[in-house]
Amino acid sequence: MIELKNINKYFGDRHVTQNFSCSFDRGITNLIIGESGSGKTVLLKCIVGLVDVDSGEVLFDGKDFLKMGTKEKQNLRKEIGMLFQGGALFDSKTVEENITFPLAMFTNMSEKERNDRAQFCLERVNLKEAGQLYPSELSGGMKKRVAIARAIAPNPKYLFCDEPNSGLDPKTSILIDMLIKEITEEYQMTTIVITHDMNSVMEIGEKVIFICKNQKWWEGSNKTILNTDNKELQDFIYVSKFLKELKERSHL
Amino acid sequence: MIPYWAVNFKYLILPHSMHNRLFYHIGRYFLMLRRIFNIPEKWGVYEKEFFHEIDNLGITSLPIVAIISLFMGAVITIQAAFGFTSAWVPLYAVGYTTRDSMILEFSPTIISLILAGKVGSNIASEIGTMRITEQIDALEIMGVNSRSFLILPKIAACILINPFLVIISMFLGIAGGWILGTLAGVVTTYQYVYGLQYQFNSFNITYALIKTVVFAFIIASVSAYHGYYTEGGALEVGRSSTRAVVYCSILILIFNFILTQLLLA
Repeated sequence: MIELKNINKYFGDRHVTQNFSCSFDRGITNLIIGESGSGKTVLLKCIVGLVDVDSGEVLFDGKDFLKMGTKEKQNLRKEIGMLFQGGALFDSKTVEENITFPLAMFTNMSEKERNDRAQFCLERVNLKEAGQLYPSELSGGMKKRVAIARAIAPNPKYLFCDEPNSGLDPKTSILIDMLIKEITEEYQMTTIVITHDMNSVMEIGEKVIFICKNQKWWEGSNKTILNTDNKELQDFIYVSKFLKELKERSHL
Repeated sequence: MIPYWAVNFKYLILPHSMHNRLFYHIGRYFLMLRRIFNIPEKWGVYEKEFFHEIDNLGITSLPIVAIISLFMGAVITIQAAFGFTSAWVPLYAVGYTTRDSMILEFSPTIISLILAGKVGSNIASEIGTMRITEQIDALEIMGVNSRSFLILPKIAACILINPFLVIISMFLGIAGGWILGTLAGVVTTYQYVYGLQYQFNSFNITYALIKTVVFAFIIASVSAYHGYYTEGGALEVGRSSTRAVVYCSILILIFNFILTQLLLA
């Protein structure tokens, strides 16, 4: 479980995260949604320590990440898997080397055990033939799946996904979403997904937090989000003509 | 009351913003070095990276070093032969001049400047691209000390391989002078070889290798600094790469002067 208490982050005079407090439960997919520029990615980077928080607490199973020393932070990060927006695969390494890298770095597994684990993770994301390819030879969707395989290879307790389906077609997006949901339940991870895709919200949003004007604006789930009376959230959800018409028809 | 000029004395030397920027970069560079020289998480992984960097930064530089050294040695020989027109200067001075020019200055300094261009831009652009594509963030999230993992093997590889490149450059430069000098008919083999052996001081080699090691450290660490702290996109990667080459070249020239003063004066 991850808890955030009164997180504040400034970039110069801009208050990009304002008094953000919430908790993210284990075994379910927690979604953070909001418009571009609303501070979602900054919040995620604050949680994992890639951006320094100005004030507040980030608790990983009760331990304050911000008060940890460098060594302690490094140890905690070994339990974190992260899927970056662009995949962030290492260009100079093959898919298999990308996946085995954290295992080679932090475990005493033999080369065979590491390769077996990589093969298992690749099969889990339906890419068992891609082990010897380089990232430049993969499509956008394949890169995302390899990034998921790399993130889950060391059996992390926490999984963070920054816009996992940006730039993907709707079918591949749903595949990625379902994969994240399945592995979250299977490995009982605490998963936080940043997205602005309403399809993802409806598919996997067991807990949804809406960020607006750099602060937490609404909290609920995919079951309650469509019936909200929150004006800003309604504007966010029903931005397309298609959804607006659907909503109007459902009212009729 | 303290006069205004005394309070702001430092601003008389450099403008305020330049002061801040200079000390900011120097401070950040040394903080980066402190994180680089930490105990590696796993020696085996670093060792693999180290051998990869030896190939990437060292072996691939061999052709350019060889070509430049060969022709520079030849040019120094021919220029020396044409310069020594006086009957008081023996022709074996051509070999002597080529040897000392190559060992003292050309091989350690000029080759290091060339490597600053080739290797420095390579390091800065590679690390800079990793920064803007979030690969460095990915390393940090895994719990890897990204500065150490990315930069330490490069520094170690440059420090180890550059002296070899410089020694090869010395040999090829001297050989180039001999081959093309004799082919051009400006010096005989006997005169050239006699000149090479004349008043040979082996400390010159030590001096050249000390310089090379210092320059190798500058090339790898300064370029890595510029790459590591790249912000923005592809344009900034290009700028970081250019800045890396410029700063490396300037620092090499400054340290060339300091080391020459310390070791030879």
